[in-house]
Amino acid sequence: MTALAPAPRGTGGHPRRSRGAPALAVRSLLRGLPTVPAVVLLAVFLAGPIAYCVYYAFTDMQLTGAAGTHFVGVDNFTRAFKDTDFLNAMWLTLLFVVGSAVIGQNTLGLALAVLTQKATQPVRALVNGVVIAAWVLPEVVAGYLMYAFFYDQGSLNSLLDAVHLPDQNWLYTMPILAVCLANVWRGTAFSLMVFTAAINDVPQELVEAAEMDGAGPWQRLWRVVLPVIRPSILTNLMLITLQTLSVFGLIYTMTRGGPGNKSETLPIFMYQQAFQNSLIGYGTAIALVLLVVGALFSVVYIRLLKLEDD
Amino acid sequence: MRSRIVTAAAFTAATALAATGCGSGSSGSSAKSIKVVYWQNLDSTNKLQANFLASMVKEFTKANPGTKVTLVPVTASENDYYTKLQLMMRSPATAPDLVYEDTALINSDIAGGYLKPLDTYTAKWADWSQYAKAAKGAVTGASDGKTYAVPDDTDTRGIWYNKQLLQKAGISVPWQPKTWADVIAAAKKIKAKLPGVTPLNLYTGQAGGEASSMQGFEMLLYGTPAGDKSLYDASQKKWVVGGQGFKDALDFVHTLYSQGLGPAKEQALGANFGTAVGTELIPEGKLAIDIDGSWMPNNWSSSAAKPWTEWQSVMGTAAMPTQNGQAPGRTSMSGGWAWSIPAKAKNPDLAWKFLSTTLQTKTNAAKWNATNANIAVRTDVASDPTYLNSVPTNKFFTELVADTHYRPGLPEYNQVSTAIQKAMESVTTGQASVDKAASTFDNDVKAAVGDDKTAEGTS
Repeated sequence: MTALAPAPRGTGGHPRRSRGAPALAVRSLLRGLPTVPAVVLLAVFLAGPIAYCVYYAFTDMQLTGAAGTHFVGVDNFTRAFKDTDFLNAMWLTLLFVVGSAVIGQNTLGLALAVLTQKATQPVRALVNGVVIAAWVLPEVVAGYLMYAFFYDQGSLNSLLDAVHLPDQNWLYTMPILAVCLANVWRGTAFSLMVFTAAINDVPQELVEAAEMDGAGPWQRLWRVVLPVIRPSILTNLMLITLQTLSVFGLIYTMTRGGPGNKSETLPIFMYQQAFQNSLIGYGTAIALVLLVVGALFSVVYIRLLKLEDD
Repeated sequence: MRSRIVTAAAFTAATALAATGCGSGSSGSSAKSIKVVYWQNLDSTNKLQANFLASMVKEFTKANPGTKVTLVPVTASENDYYTKLQLMMRSPATAPDLVYEDTALINSDIAGGYLKPLDTYTAKWADWSQYAKAAKGAVTGASDGKTYAVPDDTDTRGIWYNKQLLQKAGISVPWQPKTWADVIAAAKKIKAKLPGVTPLNLYTGQAGGEASSMQGFEMLLYGTPAGDKSLYDASQKKWVVGGQGFKDALDFVHTLYSQGLGPAKEQALGANFGTAVGTELIPEGKLAIDIDGSWMPNNWSSSAAKPWTEWQSVMGTAAMPTQNGQAPGRTSMSGGWAWSIPAKAKNPDLAWKFLSTTLQTKTNAAKWNATNANIAVRTDVASDPTYLNSVPTNKFFTELVADTHYRPGLPEYNQVSTAIQKAMESVTTGQASVDKAASTFDNDVKAAVGDDKTAEGTS
């Protein structure tokens, strides 16, 4: 009785299972079917160009002047690291990222988030509105506005004139500073929003407890709020670093990388090599270097985040 | 909910694929229509070519009913126009049927495989014999000797000066400097006597693009004793580095900008300075001497950006002297533009028909050269009174053709030109000394063309 009972189930079960296995495979295939267009699109429009890009970087492809394209190995990369203009662009890129993103946008965003926290609703709305307006503008529009602000007869010099301070031809004498400031102006909103959200999530009990223990506002910020929102800071740093590394339109509209090469960051240098000197292969190799720089920054931030978890 | 998203995604994918598929399919237009690409200068008021081409299209479609000519103006800076053009010619899906480009780029684009040889067409075209030999040379493939374009104009460069300002500064007109030193001396006089007037403009820097290299630097360089061999030695097929003439020319630029004889640096290095010179500085009497091209009156005709009829009495012209006045005593640079049919054009025969029966008939070529104040490349046009009388300076600039130089029409020229602009810019801003800038140029050229394709300059 007890022996019989499982038997038919077993014998009956076995063929059912063997029928079930292909059915299951078919079913999971069917389930996967809807993702096929997405996968195809990704392969065609994302993976494809990236693979092509990597391939181009190892060739001498030109926009014009050469009918054929040859594989040249790492020539483009050795050429880049011997090219003083490339090294200059590399240095300016680091300066731009550290100056405008890591220091500028990040600290200004944090400061604004902390300050507006305790502000009244209208003040907060006003500050957020102004800051976010800069962020909403398309990059090129922001570039032109900043050009109008900084150029030698621009509004900044008019303001300086009004208070009897000496003029500066900002775009000419200190172009990298001007584009850094422009990028701070444009990008701070992102940090502000990230930090506002993070600070709102700090448990109120913690802050109150610290207040009960006699911590002043500064100590509360330094010892309670900042340690709690540290993961947000690092995430924010990673995102704005990657954003800033690829800034092109803003600098191109403001200075075109000039005068000379005093504001020529890697994206501008890359554009000039690829489309003005027609050296597509070389330009693409520089794009890869830019990718690696971005990856290095990311790795550092991710390591710091991991340290935080331990 | 999920199934709806999936359906939406699938639908999007399907339409996207259909759209791209459709895109490449439908652009293969009918045999009766062609696409013509030309450059619309950033100065949007300059519609000379747009209007001229529109009238040509009208004439052509009237004579050939059922055909369609689509004009595609590309509004961009000059360098960006070439980039856009090359990207268009690269792919069969976007290749136009007829393109307008500077003859300096023809050889790069031939080497790139972008252009179609036109010999089978020109062989059957009686008008082809009217084209000047030098102009034909500028559209001939360096490697295969085939013809790749039909030139429609050329140009020469010289010195434009404001007679009134020169007289006020105590320089007698007509003025014809004999050496570079004469030019600098005049500029110094103007600076001393006429505050608020920019004495001398010579285009410089990277923002100016080819204007800096050609109207600016090469007007000096080809006037040094090395002459035609100062940039590229055709007999050795090598680019010249380390030449004394190169340093001397750079030194001229340095003198001009460091002594305040030129425009303010920040102004000269701005991207739209060329437009400002023609439409503001010269007509407003703020610039005394300008080293510039034969087309300058385009800025001042009644249909142009800055109608200015008085220019005929105010402005004088002089030839650019050689460095020390050595023979032949004067120098000029020439270029000019030409019409080509891309290798991937869908309808080359109709494009050729448009080009040979409408755009480049004697009458229409004369009309174009007159409208655009350019120098004619057809001998029948050069003696045509409509052309000769259209602009008073045409005779002067046509005569300069005898002592003019063409740029090395080679694929690498583009990079060499960029290197020149960089060198100019660094001495203009004072970022580098003349020697330093010259050696940077040498390295840039070696990197661009390869060590084996360079030779040390002699003098």
